Amino acid sequence: MKDKVGAVLVVGGGIAGIQASLDLANSGFRVYLLDESPSIGGTMTQLDKTFPTNDCAMCILAPKLVMAGRHPNIELIMGAEIKSVEGEEGHFQVALVRKPRYIDEEKCTGCGVCARKCPIEGIDEFNEGLGERTAIYVKYPQAVPLVYAIDRDKCIGCGTCQEVCKAGAVKYDEKEKRIALHVGSIILSPGFEEFDPKLKGEYGYGRYSNVVSSIEFERILSASGPYGGIVLRPSDGKVPRKIAFIQCVGSRDAKIGNNYCSSACCMYAIKEAIIAKEHNPDLQCTIFFMDVRAYGKEFDAYYNRAEEEYGVKFVRSRVPQIGEVLESQNLLVKYVEDENPATEEFNLVVLSVGMRPPKHAEELAKTLDIKLNKYNFCSSETFSPLETSRPGIYVCGAFSSPKDIPESVAQASGAAAKAASSISSAREMLTTVKEYPPERDVSGEEPRIGVFVCHCGINIGGVVNVPEVVEYVKTLPNVAYAEHNLYTCSEDTQKRIHEIIKEHNLNRVVVASCTPRTHEPLFRETVREAGLNIYLFEMANIRDQCSWVHMHEHEEATEKAKDLVRSIVAKTRLLKPLKKPMIDVTPIGLVIGGGLSGMTAALELAKQDFEAHLVEKEKELGGHLRHIHYLLGSEDPQERLGSIIKEVTENEKIHVHLNSELSDVEGYVGNFKTTLNNDGEKKEIKHGVVIVATGAMEYNPNEYLYGVDERVVTQRELEERLTNGGFNAKTVVMIQCVGSRNGEHPYCSRICCSQAVKNALKIKELSPETDVYVLYKDMRTYGFLEDYYREAASKGVLFINYDDENRPRLVQENGKLKLTVWEPVIKTWTPIEPDLLALSVATLPNPDNEHIAKMLKVPLSKDKFFLEAHMKLRPVDFATEGIFLCGLAHWPKSIEESISQACAAAARAATILSKEALEVEGAIANVNEDFCSGCKICESVCAYNAIEMKEVDGKPRAHVLEALCKGCGVCGSSCPTGAISMLNFTDDQILAQVRAALKEETKYD
Amino acid sequence: MMFRPKIVGFLCNWSLPQEVNTTGTGIIQGYPKIRIVRVMCIGRIDPVIVLETFVKGADGVLVIGCHPPDCHYIEGNLQAERKIKMLKKLISRTGLEPERLRLDWAYASETELFATIIDDFRTQVAVLGPSPLAGKKPDENVLAGIMAAKAVTGDSRLRTLVGREKELIEEGNVYNEKVEQEEFDEVMNESIDEEYVRSRIRLLVKDRPMSVEGLARHLGLDPKKVLRHIVVLRHRGLVALDKIEREDPLYIALEVT
Repeated sequence: MKDKVGAVLVVGGGIAGIQASLDLANSGFRVYLLDESPSIGGTMTQLDKTFPTNDCAMCILAPKLVMAGRHPNIELIMGAEIKSVEGEEGHFQVALVRKPRYIDEEKCTGCGVCARKCPIEGIDEFNEGLGERTAIYVKYPQAVPLVYAIDRDKCIGCGTCQEVCKAGAVKYDEKEKRIALHVGSIILSPGFEEFDPKLKGEYGYGRYSNVVSSIEFERILSASGPYGGIVLRPSDGKVPRKIAFIQCVGSRDAKIGNNYCSSACCMYAIKEAIIAKEHNPDLQCTIFFMDVRAYGKEFDAYYNRAEEEYGVKFVRSRVPQIGEVLESQNLLVKYVEDENPATEEFNLVVLSVGMRPPKHAEELAKTLDIKLNKYNFCSSETFSPLETSRPGIYVCGAFSSPKDIPESVAQASGAAAKAASSISSAREMLTTVKEYPPERDVSGEEPRIGVFVCHCGINIGGVVNVPEVVEYVKTLPNVAYAEHNLYTCSEDTQKRIHEIIKEHNLNRVVVASCTPRTHEPLFRETVREAGLNIYLFEMANIRDQCSWVHMHEHEEATEKAKDLVRSIVAKTRLLKPLKKPMIDVTPIGLVIGGGLSGMTAALELAKQDFEAHLVEKEKELGGHLRHIHYLLGSEDPQERLGSIIKEVTENEKIHVHLNSELSDVEGYVGNFKTTLNNDGEKKEIKHGVVIVATGAMEYNPNEYLYGVDERVVTQRELEERLTNGGFNAKTVVMIQCVGSRNGEHPYCSRICCSQAVKNALKIKELSPETDVYVLYKDMRTYGFLEDYYREAASKGVLFINYDDENRPRLVQENGKLKLTVWEPVIKTWTPIEPDLLALSVATLPNPDNEHIAKMLKVPLSKDKFFLEAHMKLRPVDFATEGIFLCGLAHWPKSIEESISQACAAAARAATILSKEALEVEGAIANVNEDFCSGCKICESVCAYNAIEMKEVDGKPRAHVLEALCKGCGVCGSSCPTGAISMLNFTDDQILAQVRAALKEETKYD
Repeated sequence: MMFRPKIVGFLCNWSLPQEVNTTGTGIIQGYPKIRIVRVMCIGRIDPVIVLETFVKGADGVLVIGCHPPDCHYIEGNLQAERKIKMLKKLISRTGLEPERLRLDWAYASETELFATIIDDFRTQVAVLGPSPLAGKKPDENVLAGIMAAKAVTGDSRLRTLVGREKELIEEGNVYNEKVEQEEFDEVMNESIDEEYVRSRIRLLVKDRPMSVEGLARHLGLDPKKVLRHIVVLRHRGLVALDKIEREDPLYIALEVT
């Protein structure tokens, strides 16, 4: 058999595609990241804030965009689509067609002058049509690649852009290009399409100016959006006082054929309401909903905050129609409250539009020969949620089912694991490792600083007098050379900087241009190629801080630019070369927990050729899955469990440790040493990473006579009865949220609604005449699970809503169970006499979590589940490097979700295990042991567990774990004795910068 | 007596009748209220200058160049024609009658034709009456419109379009396609509309902040459209939010150097 190809094609450059690409590229594979649009980022770039952390979407996404854009092993192919895919797993030949962009990606510097001069305007799709953009454009200011594109449909071909482009990047004769790729795996992450609210004519979208879609509202909320972050109505630019949010527009709607739930809309509507209220506290927000589906991690807490802290009003009603008041263009929202029809007037209505499969889903499926489900989303199975119907092609993100960002990110990493394991023999076959010249020793040399000041086309040069800055800089001490460049970042300037470093024997370099966040890596690369240590480079941001913010004050901007450059030169004089330490990696994983998640993670590691230790405290593998006998789908869980256990136990690379627990963990990323306790027998294991998959436990209820009356059972016990033939009830009542969403456990346990629906359907299948009641607070059958909820209802299962004020009441009377239920439709307490009462009990965090968290030094959430590094974009990482998380240990979740996360944890782990040694940050904290008093303050303030105390001459002394230190400097500024200095940002360096900044009085003071 | 309009004539060096130049006895002298400004080619006539001429009180502006296809400068007259066409469209939005501006063709030798043109134009303008901008109390609305138009013609968007029109239609664009006149006119009309309104908005909010509603009332426009223009003007850094009064954000023009 021929060798596999160590490259992966990722189709779709949204957050899922980006994450998958980064994970693959960081574990030794070449990645082609394809997108139809001119830049990556997908829908997330349009969002204002994200729930439940209210992080700014762009702020957390931008670093990933930059990373993907600059990664040596990721090639971005923009404006392209797939024409054909031949071959099979491990060897695909893919034919692509790339539409012309008309701009040379190599030459365009993104300065934006072309767009300022373009005379043609059209609708700005990025701002959802709320503004205009020119025919030559970038989708958004931070776009990656930051390369303009010509919208050929709008362009009249006047040629102005070519004339104003100083970089010579415009090429009108560019033709459609055919590209042939050879890849081993393919990942599909084409995302979703927003539901077109015009199809719901009764809501008047498109006819009424003040009815907007939720994504339009995101742009309205955004500070970089069309209204500059003030919430306004499109009809007249007035600030609305009352906003209505209408849920399930294009979701859960049989009439238009989208029966499924779009999963994310409840939360984004709540977020939009909260953020709108933060903009304007007097605003009244009302959300019209059917069920509030706040089923994710800490979502219910967010929902409660919206209601209690922010005063967002929630009305349970499907809105049948919206009308417009002619004069004011206000909207009349019709709804039903307490069974009475009502109408309320609002200034603005936001339609929470659902997710549709991507526009070209059918075409894509045909080209790739993969199956779609009945809604045209990608088809996958419960136990293989990341696999399409064609081997070697994987799926993640909203294309497999509507989902939010963290789940898309987890799936993306998971798909990366899958894509990698099928070609793991070809790891590092196609990646490039750059060779650098040896570093020049500059010690003992007087600083010779070279300063390069950038015009950025006219971006800086149009405001700041750049030549004047250069002349000034030349007068500064230790500046051996200074010049200005049209674009300091252009390819030819890099060559020039290289030559000048040599020619003038420079030993430090300063670039005065834009932001180090995007450009520092490029210039560091350049100085490194010229033989200088990368820490001998510094940047002054005279674009953002001068030309942009003082656009109309040329003189003052120029003076400020001089001040900024002078102060950064002062710091640069004191720069010292630093080493980036390399730490060895033990290519072995430790997985804690032998349930479905743990086994999957171990298997994925093994498939990628890494050894794995799988530690299970019970005497057998399988965890909760052992109690699941049937699913909503057709797969047999016990049969699958059996084959997974077999696969795990037969895999040579996996070492299973049953009846074992962790008794001690030492070390850090790449080099852990863990002691296992197997019935008193200690065993030491060396490993490079840890995956926490410790699962969760079921709540043991003390409500509703559980344990008192044997007719009261949990859903799991009901499932056992339904499987083993012990079921013969005529009336079954199920009560949801037993132990969840209450004072003790305020969160939603996520899986119980679908578990109840599953058992209700089973009852109806076995005994159709049995009456089944489900008493619920909100039915949270998100995504395609909604189909089963609908099916249960159609089979006669009665769903009755209750709230905290009207909980069902249960008594035992004359040997019978008597349940009184508040019937909200007829508004009376209704008696039911169930033969069987099934409680949908909460999923509780594993009580071992606290102990394990302490050993691993990782945090728990306030609900005592493990707390990941970032809820949105790092769902399976811990802040401490080398430790990962998956499954129920993270939060209650389904089988599919557990498998996706377990694969994700394996992929994240592989980014470390695949390296022989890790290069770590050089600009880290440094302890002078002579000054250290051993007070441990540094240890307590470090968020990364990068400081530990070591005995030196019998006294505790702070010791920095180089592998873990991120260089934030918090320890240094907290140290009472001044023993810690932060390399590259030492006190001396910062103070030199401050002094120089203030040395000369500026003219404009 | 019939109203005798003040007319400014922009004539090219090569179509200017000899009589005017030398003897002063020609037919043109027959109408004393015309003032001739000589340029080498009417291609030089910058729209800003024509508008400024109206601001200063001219009742009519007459531009006369050589008959196409002749032009001493190859095709300056045709370039002028496109500018005047754009100008007339723009002027028609300001409240000033576009008939107060005329472009015509004559050779230096065609003194009779000159007479006819001038006479005809003078009659046409006389019928319109005095310019709303003439006299001591110019009509404020029209003046505001013309000032806005003047600012627009000084800006790059329309100048770029007019400057490229001939090439795009006659020779083809950068993709080697000829642009249809109709298609171009559509783009041009839209651009004129947009830039004119934006310019008016900018001038209106120069000294005092105004709301979208206030602007819409003032301009007789749909507030929805005004808001879209505010979005663009803010994006261009020409207008900023000043403050929010009750439910109305007020916008103010930014100083641009």
